Amino acid sequence: MARLARLIILVVVTLIPCLPVQGEIRFPPPEFESGYEFPQTVSPMPQPAFQEYIDAAVLFAGLLLASHLILKRRSRRAIFVLMIGALLYFGFLREGCICPIGAIQNMTLTVFDSNYAIPIAAVVFFVVPLIFTLFNGRVFCGAICPLGAIQDAVLIRPVAVPRWLESGLRLFAYAYLGAAILFAATGSAFVICRYDPFVGFFRMGGNWNILIFGASLLLIGLFIGRPYCRFLCPYGVILRNLSRLAKRRVTITPGECIQCRLCEDACPFGAIREPTGNWPEGEYRIAKRRLALFLLLLPVLVAAGVWSGHAVRNPLARVHPRVRTAERIYLEEAGKVQGTTNISDAFRATGQSTEVLYEEATKIRSQFGLGGALLGGFIGLVGAGKLIALSVRRRRTEYEADPAGCFACGRCYKSCPKEHERLRKRQEGVGRCA
Amino acid sequence: MDKQDNMNRRKFLREGVWGACLAGVGTAAGLSIARGNSGNMVWQIDPYKCIACGNCATYCVLEDSAVKCVQAYAMCGYCDLCTGYLVPEPKALDTGAENELCPTGAIKRTYVEDPYYEYTIDESLCNGCGKCVKGCMIFGNGSLFLQVRHDRCQNCNECAIAAACPSQAFKRVPADRPYLLKGADNK
Repeated sequence: MARLARLIILVVVTLIPCLPVQGEIRFPPPEFESGYEFPQTVSPMPQPAFQEYIDAAVLFAGLLLASHLILKRRSRRAIFVLMIGALLYFGFLREGCICPIGAIQNMTLTVFDSNYAIPIAAVVFFVVPLIFTLFNGRVFCGAICPLGAIQDAVLIRPVAVPRWLESGLRLFAYAYLGAAILFAATGSAFVICRYDPFVGFFRMGGNWNILIFGASLLLIGLFIGRPYCRFLCPYGVILRNLSRLAKRRVTITPGECIQCRLCEDACPFGAIREPTGNWPEGEYRIAKRRLALFLLLLPVLVAAGVWSGHAVRNPLARVHPRVRTAERIYLEEAGKVQGTTNISDAFRATGQSTEVLYEEATKIRSQFGLGGALLGGFIGLVGAGKLIALSVRRRRTEYEADPAGCFACGRCYKSCPKEHERLRKRQEGVGRCA
Repeated sequence: MDKQDNMNRRKFLREGVWGACLAGVGTAAGLSIARGNSGNMVWQIDPYKCIACGNCATYCVLEDSAVKCVQAYAMCGYCDLCTGYLVPEPKALDTGAENELCPTGAIKRTYVEDPYYEYTIDESLCNGCGKCVKGCMIFGNGSLFLQVRHDRCQNCNECAIAAACPSQAFKRVPADRPYLLKGADNK
């Protein structure tokens, strides 16, 4: 009996390659005589959702506390302690997922894909820091964001970056934001998550290239404060622009600026703006002409951006797995490459027709045609805006924290003599009470 | 007077933009919560799309992948010559290590009755490489298949394996029904 079964199996096995793959019962499940019962497959359930509500609550409480410490207490030490706490909780304990930076993509996908159901936690993580920024400035960056915290903690010898370079490098962040939205909207990838430089540290392992990228950012971060936040972070781009409108923000001095210039070098992120005098006589005309030139350049840069964004639509579209599949299948069908890959094998196993695949790929490509043009135009617009902003002088009579660039880390407080006066008064007040 | 006017206008504009931003953020939040899922979504592999390429073992952010092999017992043929358990052309149909296809020895073979053998996965040993799945899929009933195990999965915002999956077999499924099982288990 056993031998017969084995023989049948062997015969069938040799014949199998002729049969279509998958989903076939080739050997009927046996009728057991010994009373054997199928074992139960235990499938463990995912973590209960309440963990996410706890995270959301911790985020909200953390932002409230951060606002208090930054705007009322004005204590760098307390802010630092909170920041390290947030790094431990959101970073190392919760392993950096989900974070507001990545939530940009979830929000985008919600807009563009009606089948996608966004987790409530992603909405909360995206929205709550925005609202806090509208009221209190970038308290999220300063004390809660684990990515900011890990960089802030390693900053030991800050080097000043010239303003034009800082402004220029920030273009990367705008481009990154635009690209992340484009790839999320087309359902191609969540690039922010894929290239998150520090999540590997939080998880103590991961893709080597990303770990090396993160380590280099931290190395740079020893000298140039928060390089990811300043030059790459897509969420930072949103926050800095909302922070311009904030109701309350970090002020260097608690009272009136006495123009002592002691805070001038206090900010490692170059976010302290000095008072402006009048334009020197000769320079004013040159500056005026420069501004006129940049204003004329604006439409040119936007047009150039639109054109080049549209020109790179095909390489951009290749990020989408469907387009990659279509390209591989096309090459194989046309006989331009030898052999098959996992991608083409997988596609053939589904039994779909190549026409359907090509049609889909063409549709995605045309989406990238529009999206790439918009992305390029956006980058051109931002670039031109930066040129214009750099050639305009705002009138300032005091030393001020840059409303957009200030991370609300609280480093500048201690440099102000007025702050020392305030602390002394408070101390005395406490002494009198006791 | 002119200057005063100018300041007022500026302040009014600022307030207006501020209010618009707040309203925008609020609307975005409200709309997406309305569209969102009261539960949650988790990653899972569609076993009918999976080609057992082996990426699951290497691309997971965890050292030891969250993807494991699962046995759909009701679909299994309980074959003596199991192509998911044994290497092609095995020296003997037994539990000798040289005959086993699984690189970590995670499949347990137990005798049930002549000529049937039960194959059970030891998840603590399985690394999700899918060698057995491929063997079972090509020559057998396809009762072995890969699934994301949710006691291990970190539920990353973008699953690293999903990004590397050649067959786009990964998808988000509701957390209250987190498995896409084969056969009779797939209720």
